[in-house]
Amino acid sequence: MQCQLCGKRPAVVHFTEIVNNKKSEYHVCEKCAEERGYHTPLVKSKFSVGDLLAGMVDQAGVGEEAKVGRVQCPRCHMVYSAFKESGRLGCSECYTTFRAQLRPLLRRIHGSTKHVGKTPVRDSARVAIRREVQRLHEDMQAAIEHEEFETAARLRDQIRSIEAQGGLAAEEGSR
Amino acid sequence: MKLVSLAQGLGRWLDGSGPASDIVLSTRVRLARNLKEVPFTHRAREEQMAMVYSSVVSAVRKTPALVTSTALQMRELTPLDRQFLVERHLISHDLADNGRLRGLLLVPDESVSAMVNEEDHLRLQALSSGFQLRSAWEAVNAIDDELGQDLDYAFSDDLGYLTACPTNAGTGMRASVLIHLPSLVLTKQIGRVLQGITQVGLAVRGFYGEGSQIMGNFFQISNQTTLGQSERETVESLERVTRQIIDYEQRARDELLKDARVQIEDKIWRAYGTLRHSRVISSQEVINLSSAVRFGVALQMEGLASVQTLNELLIRTQPAHIQLATGREMEQRERNVIRADYVRKLLDDNAADAVNPN
Repeated sequence: MQCQLCGKRPAVVHFTEIVNNKKSEYHVCEKCAEERGYHTPLVKSKFSVGDLLAGMVDQAGVGEEAKVGRVQCPRCHMVYSAFKESGRLGCSECYTTFRAQLRPLLRRIHGSTKHVGKTPVRDSARVAIRREVQRLHEDMQAAIEHEEFETAARLRDQIRSIEAQGGLAAEEGSR
Repeated sequence: MKLVSLAQGLGRWLDGSGPASDIVLSTRVRLARNLKEVPFTHRAREEQMAMVYSSVVSAVRKTPALVTSTALQMRELTPLDRQFLVERHLISHDLADNGRLRGLLLVPDESVSAMVNEEDHLRLQALSSGFQLRSAWEAVNAIDDELGQDLDYAFSDDLGYLTACPTNAGTGMRASVLIHLPSLVLTKQIGRVLQGITQVGLAVRGFYGEGSQIMGNFFQISNQTTLGQSERETVESLERVTRQIIDYEQRARDELLKDARVQIEDKIWRAYGTLRHSRVISSQEVINLSSAVRFGVALQMEGLASVQTLNELLIRTQPAHIQLATGREMEQRERNVIRADYVRKLLDDNAADAVNPN
């Protein structure tokens, strides 16, 4: 068997990589193996997740593809075609910018597009503040309807003080 | 130099404790996190990377479980130091690879560490000896909560933690076990088992993780998906599958022993003999021979070596470990001689301990 990389020397290093339920076998010669560092842990493998991912990205029609490829993230200025090459997004905003393209890809990788795991403590604090403010608002409305104006004023002050402390955070969390 | 003390010590994750440690060498759970306001590492400017680094260090300093940690900047380390950290499973090839501002934060017993400015801004990991997925998850989860009070993580309600590579988006979690399966390899059932593993959404990798080859019958099994499943569910499903693989391994072992006990024992003792008496030995040979001896320990053969000694053999005979412990760089020829000396001494001490405990 010939080496898959140089095609000249006989393949003597054989290994199998399994990613996403796909098994790939590699057969390379001693020299190419050495060069690519398959013997030493320090050198990065040529077969990166990025390459494999890039292969998974939608194969749209040629004209369509060129158009989608030019979509650019307003924050980090990365274009979609660059993601297709590297398999890496540019910033967290890219997830919003390329949302339409990423959804089918995420579904293929994970079988889902919905996060059901943990929430950052900061965000959970924001969510808690938002809920608290909402509850106080409802109480305040009820108090006004019942003409309990002292209670309503107390609730209003409470809302103001919460918003003054974590108002920005609550705002941001509600986006 | 700080790394010398690491090279001379042995992380707690290598002490051979924990459930099923004769089959499962170690358990790891890592979380990928990014800061909301900064582009992902490969698109970040130098000053943004510096900002990430100092934010993480300052958050770490406020976290009680991490106050004892040491911060190492990759570009201040020699290539040998970096290779040592890769061999020790503390950093990835990528972190070692590059001259940019990347770092490692590490507690002294190596149970928790954080890579900074790897593919993601923060890669937090808990590492334990044996098969201990739940406790590793709990450890890393608690630290993530602490750091999350200080760091503003990139997160969306829909897609969870946002990562440079969409394969990690969601929980950002990779839970894995490093498992030793000699019987399944010997009985040629391993192919079928690995195929089954990938069909239930798990991945199999080699000794050093992604992109590395299978060595010494060690396989790293990890979750593949990070969306649509909570961290706990992911941990539990990996736990279930690992239990099943351990069961397959034990069944294959029984089969082997039934047919060829003496032949198997002979192979194991010969491997032990070679390790105990060789004068020149390569890293690869130590990995293969110590795999055979580990198999013997799993078979409860008396008079071989403890699991901890075998872990020491496996980790501390790697090229950069040998050179750091000796205090200088060496050519492979010389390393192979020093390595053989070290292996003999380790096994002699282990045998002496077995004869005279304490």
